[in-house]
Amino acid sequence: MSKASKSNKTVLSAEEKQRKKRRTAIVIKRQIPFYILMLPGLICLAIFCYMPLPGILVAFKNYNWREGILGSPWVDPIFKNFEFFFESDVAFRTTFNTLFYNIIQMVLGPALAITVAILLNEIRGKVSASVYKGAILLPTFLSWVIVQYIMYALLNPGRGIFSSVFGIDANFYMEPSYWRVIMPLVYLWKGFGYSSVLYVAAISGINTDYYEAADLDGASRWQKIKYITLPMLKPTFMILMLMSLGNIFRGGAGDWQGFVTATNDSGMLYPATDVIDSYVYRALRTLNDYGMSAAASLYQSIIGFVLVLVTDRVIHRIDPDSSML
Amino acid sequence: MGRKHKIGVFDVSVHIVFILLSLACILPLLLVLGISLTAESSLISEGYHLIPREFSTAAYSYVFTSSSTIIRAYGVTVFVTVVGTFLQLLFTAMMAYALTRPEVKGRYFLSLIVYIPCLFNGGMVASYILMSQTLHLRNTIWVLFVGSMISPANVLIMRKFLRSIPESLIESARIDGSGEIRTFFKIVLPLSKPSLASLGLFTAIAFWNDWMTCNLYITDTKLFNLQYLLQSMMKNIQNVLANADRTQGMQNALAHLPTEGVRMATCILAIGPIILLYPMLQKYFNKGLTIGAVKE
Repeated sequence: MSKASKSNKTVLSAEEKQRKKRRTAIVIKRQIPFYILMLPGLICLAIFCYMPLPGILVAFKNYNWREGILGSPWVDPIFKNFEFFFESDVAFRTTFNTLFYNIIQMVLGPALAITVAILLNEIRGKVSASVYKGAILLPTFLSWVIVQYIMYALLNPGRGIFSSVFGIDANFYMEPSYWRVIMPLVYLWKGFGYSSVLYVAAISGINTDYYEAADLDGASRWQKIKYITLPMLKPTFMILMLMSLGNIFRGGAGDWQGFVTATNDSGMLYPATDVIDSYVYRALRTLNDYGMSAAASLYQSIIGFVLVLVTDRVIHRIDPDSSML
Repeated sequence: MGRKHKIGVFDVSVHIVFILLSLACILPLLLVLGISLTAESSLISEGYHLIPREFSTAAYSYVFTSSSTIIRAYGVTVFVTVVGTFLQLLFTAMMAYALTRPEVKGRYFLSLIVYIPCLFNGGMVASYILMSQTLHLRNTIWVLFVGSMISPANVLIMRKFLRSIPESLIESARIDGSGEIRTFFKIVLPLSKPSLASLGLFTAIAFWNDWMTCNLYITDTKLFNLQYLLQSMMKNIQNVLANADRTQGMQNALAHLPTEGVRMATCILAIGPIILLYPMLQKYFNKGLTIGAVKE
């Protein structure tokens, strides 16, 4: 009896095992097509996002391309490139400029965009509203090289509009102090249309019941803006602010190229226009100093990593749909 | 009566504000257009003006008849934009879809693999060494788009969109005997057309406007894209055009090159397609612009 039941049990478990095996086989087999779909993306990620990572070591190396990243000798002491970067005034200058322009942008950008969005929302004519929208969005789609040409057409000493029409004979490309005003204006000009449209979308998402109720109570336009629209825009504002905060030190991702093109990459202007990204770029391309470039870029990446991660997690708390992951 | 009048004043002033803002955005481009249509001699003696003092199309005729460089650069830009956008959209959508499927066991880990590059990258030096010394892609047309064939941020955005596709549709396709890959191409992709269109719009514009990649990896003038050609023309137009056109005995013509005009004319040609496609772009504004930023 006992023997029979035992063998019965083993038979059952063997059968179960086989069923389990078949089930895992099915589970694996069902996944295969999805892995095929993912394959090109995974390969590209591996090559273009993960393979460059060992390149970070260049910040600690005396890089020469014949010996490659791993073969090149370490610098001695190991933080020499960083010491060099921080002891020269470059680190302070580029960090200061990066913060300076980003903070101005974070204050003026949303202020202008929210004002424009609210006014745009007040326009009743659908055609005129969409014409205005189209016009203010135009700069968003222009490349930084086109911006360089526009700036040149305006500022070119002797021929530019400022000198030929307004008679201002300043040599803009030689005098850094002007650019503390010019650069924020350029970035506002290029970006306000896009963020205004984001806020318009947020306004159109506000429940119209609020406005109807306010109308019944005899609220004025200004009161409706102050007590309904502005408070309702707060989440959008918070998220966009956090995003720009996170992007301050995010290498390559921010729109730093304007600092190279709009200024015509004029060396005289570096004290006012050199940001971390433009320095990383110049150290690599013009100065050919791989170590310094990599050191500056790693310094930026580490701060950037912390800022992006923290802001993205905070955004996730506020609104999971707006966070990256 | 009084109340109505008040609203009228407000409306008018809002319109005035927007007319001024619109002019601020459009006039700079019209200025470039104006300069490109002015005779070189007038530009040199009288400076730039919005309305040409001395009208001339010499710059454009030079661009279209005498210089193969600019036409070729147009070709490079169009090729890279079309191929790059197509591949990026395809790879991004494929990956994003797979990441939404519950069948895929390691999808949380895989999502993390996509997320990490959004937070941290090796920096410009690292990519530069990879592209030029490991992969030997310098001075090839591939370098202009291979690095952008996948965009981790767009994968994450697309993944959110694809989650909203009803499971029942995919289920019923499966019951009808469609394979998973077929379901993706025949059902999922067509359903995500609006989001693909708006992502594609931004990707295409990024490819069209990119000059940095070309700047880093291309020294052969034959492979210059439009934006980088423009950028290097600003530095020294003679060299850029001379190097490429030397074989055609262009040295003579270069002596009479309408420098300022040709620069601005090329600039206008580089903006041209964006302006021409603008009505189509605007169609996707309302849907597409808020992608990945803020939900409506």
